[in-house]
Amino acid sequence: MAHVNENIKTYKGFRAITLLCLVVLYAPLVIVTIYSFNASQSITNWEGLSFRWYADVFTGPESAKFKSAAFNSFTIAIMAATASTMIATLAATAMVRGGQFKMRTVSFGLISLPLMVPEIVTAVATLIFFNAIGFTRGYLTILVAHVAFCIPFAYLPISARMQGIEDSFEQAAMDLYATRRQAFTKILMPLMAPGIISGFLLAFIVSLDDFIITNFVKGAGVETLPTAIFGSVKQGIKPNIMAISTMLLSVSIVMVTISYFVSKSDSTK
Amino acid sequence: MPGNKTDAIDVRNAVKRYGDFTALKRISLTIKDNEFFTLLGPSGCGKTTLLRMIAGFEDVTEGEILLFGDEIESLPPHQRPVNTVFQNYALFPHMTILDNVAFGLEMRGKSKSAARKRAGEMLELVQLSQFAARKPSQLSGGQQQRVALARALAPQPKVLLLDEPLSALDLKLRKQMQLELKHLQRETGITFIFVTHDQEEALTMSDRIAVMSAGEMQQLGTPTEIYEQPRNMFVADFIGETNLLEVSVDQVMNGRAVCHLGGGHALTCNSVDGIGAGAKVHMSVRPERLFMSDVPVEAESLKGRVAENIFVGTDISTLVDLAEGPQFIVRTSNSDRGNKRIFEPGSEIFVNMELGAGRLLMD
Amino acid sequence: MAAGAASGGSARADTYKDARGWLLLPSWAVLGIFVLGPVCMMLIYSFLTKEFRGGVIWEPSLAAYDQFFFDRGLFGDEPPKLEWTYITIFWRSIWQAGAATLLSLLIGFPTAYFIATRPENVRPVWVFLITIPYWVNLLIRTVSMKFLLRDQGPLNDFLIGTGLIDSPIHIVNTNFAVQLGLFYSYLPFMVLPIYAAVERYNFSLSEAAADLYASKWTTLRRIVLPAVKPGVVAGCILVFVPSMGSFLAPDLLGGAKNFMIGSLIEEQFKGNAGNWPFGAAASMILLTMVLIILMFSARQQAKADKAGG
Repeated sequence: MAHVNENIKTYKGFRAITLLCLVVLYAPLVIVTIYSFNASQSITNWEGLSFRWYADVFTGPESAKFKSAAFNSFTIAIMAATASTMIATLAATAMVRGGQFKMRTVSFGLISLPLMVPEIVTAVATLIFFNAIGFTRGYLTILVAHVAFCIPFAYLPISARMQGIEDSFEQAAMDLYATRRQAFTKILMPLMAPGIISGFLLAFIVSLDDFIITNFVKGAGVETLPTAIFGSVKQGIKPNIMAISTMLLSVSIVMVTISYFVSKSDSTK
Repeated sequence: MPGNKTDAIDVRNAVKRYGDFTALKRISLTIKDNEFFTLLGPSGCGKTTLLRMIAGFEDVTEGEILLFGDEIESLPPHQRPVNTVFQNYALFPHMTILDNVAFGLEMRGKSKSAARKRAGEMLELVQLSQFAARKPSQLSGGQQQRVALARALAPQPKVLLLDEPLSALDLKLRKQMQLELKHLQRETGITFIFVTHDQEEALTMSDRIAVMSAGEMQQLGTPTEIYEQPRNMFVADFIGETNLLEVSVDQVMNGRAVCHLGGGHALTCNSVDGIGAGAKVHMSVRPERLFMSDVPVEAESLKGRVAENIFVGTDISTLVDLAEGPQFIVRTSNSDRGNKRIFEPGSEIFVNMELGAGRLLMD
Repeated sequence: MAAGAASGGSARADTYKDARGWLLLPSWAVLGIFVLGPVCMMLIYSFLTKEFRGGVIWEPSLAAYDQFFFDRGLFGDEPPKLEWTYITIFWRSIWQAGAATLLSLLIGFPTAYFIATRPENVRPVWVFLITIPYWVNLLIRTVSMKFLLRDQGPLNDFLIGTGLIDSPIHIVNTNFAVQLGLFYSYLPFMVLPIYAAVERYNFSLSEAAADLYASKWTTLRRIVLPAVKPGVVAGCILVFVPSMGSFLAPDLLGGAKNFMIGSLIEEQFKGNAGNWPFGAAASMILLTMVLIILMFSARQQAKADKAGG
């Protein structure tokens, strides 16, 4: 694009609004992080820096509940992200490398269905489904539901990446006597790696963060971190909840940051 | 029908359809061993489709493709002993230059060390040994081009396919690579099939050229044949510059035709098979085979008025409005200025055709 | 000349043409059985009879939809009147989602515009900064928002401390708190499409407008906005749709007075007081509204694409 005078492009006040926007987005997270280090029993008064609430999460009266919830959350997130990433990779291969076909639009609609249907509706529908087939709600129902709604989150970065890789690379490989399988594993997969990693990490975060669907399909006695936190918050915000929230939000931010830098490292350029 | 073992490629009645769209309409051609063969045509003419069918990237809708007598049209690309130099080179970005060149050899079952040794030799051939450990992105366009060439030649293919490999290079580098490619083809003795839309490139490099348009082959011949004896309007127009004149044929005899212009002016020129008396066709004459004078000097002299002189370095192009016809371009080489005259714009002159310069064309 | 253009129909890569059925099978199976199937099942449930301790009796009935729209008195024997309770809840949801969308647009447009006019190498960093909070657990974000806005929370402490106000402002349990929560939940959905549209915008057009005596704000209104309208529409839909069905923000920030569809639906499936067919029916009505909006926007998008290309 031709160089355009900055004065014509920029509007007074837009920078201020952007900064305000960032403040609004980050202030609650920063405040909660700060207060998670509060020594006080009360959430209102600041009584100095302390790690007592972090210790409380691991050893306090509710620690058993949090530990089992964390175990459920992380194992489900790892399995759901792995499964949905594999499914999404296969689907992306068909959608991006499968030529033009009639069911393409339908397939895309189906893959993006979890993004279009309001989450509460998916939650209700999944609950009704498990009820109708007489499947007892618990760990397994959460896992299955998470695999399903994580697929579009894994699919989007993976297919975007694959679209960015010209098929002449694979054709060159096959021209040089590689079978299609060899062209896939030796050429396409290494080039796809950043997309697949991003897809996996996003699916992982989405699974780890999900509250609404999990809340509907979890059944009695099985908790994930979000449902456990929600249960506690219903009785009021306690300092140990802020500590656990801070840990969870750190995990998310670290993962998104990794995903960002991985997708930036583009070996095809 | 068995194939001829000495023909590198034999394409028989090849048809390619995409749904309702026919990209190739029953093409047949034979490419000899050790030949530098060019598929030339404007974009969308089907030349790349034909090349990709030979490589195995496109299915053949109908017809056969033979490689040294063996049918290959149903083999997947990795089972065809032909290699391709891609338009964008398609060098694997995550591998080093050496690994790129060694890839085909490894896939053919060579050990890693043997493959690398041979790849090293290939890099020496294209004078890129010092870049062996680099990634493709660290090389210039011209260097990448050479790597692509080395990679495709390393497994010693029976036929090398080149899909507009020079189109991404600047003019100077392109001219240099044209010569290098030609030399490489002579040295290796491998049949090259070269796809381009650049007629000058095709004329410079090829042993034979197939001119294609709209999925059909228009003419097959040596560069001289194609330039001097274009078979039809398309070829005459696409290759080089030409002047076209609408004529009515009066008489055809021994390859010569007598015809007349709309105003009745009579002309004699070369004819082609299939044109008979009474036909209304076009006559083509190359601008460098015309010269101007103030009095008519030949039977084939046309009256006109000079519109403009354009200086183009080595020649001068003169635009002449004919009294009985369209505007003609007359090209006078600067080295010829001693015996050919240039006239000022506005001069009433005669445009004269050299003997045998005019040629009738099929539509 | 691109290879695809030359070969006519093969513009799309088709290396795996023959295997696409197998490649798509897992996603079709999982999404078909565990998303599409359940939605169909929900449709069926909405036409069944409720069981009093949760669940359904397999007897077809229109009771759920009837209860949604009509009031037949305590014993169900009075002539039907229009039932306003649930319509009001839906209306409030639409209104709240609309207000949150407007808020997001007012803040999101300048933000997106500002980011899109940064130097090219820093744009991804700005986008990244805007999207990070989105990836933090929605529950944690909403709880944090509530913590910040409480009557005795840090915001009110700060405002009282600086002497700007004497007594705390009540924000939690108001409509505004819900709108703020929704804004906070979905802001990146507004910023990203507008950002993408502004980034594609050719700023020479603004120069041309300035050259032809348009003031800067006139240029924004008459030249920039029409050009980036598809991005604005997409952003509004992406914020409005999830806002309408949201559960956490109204539940945690809105309190009982500010009941929205999400809470209404959730209530039907909790404990013994629930009414599954009614919850299914309310979900169907919500889903239908969302699909109508999405179809409308898809049509607009197709029209814009046609006009643009």
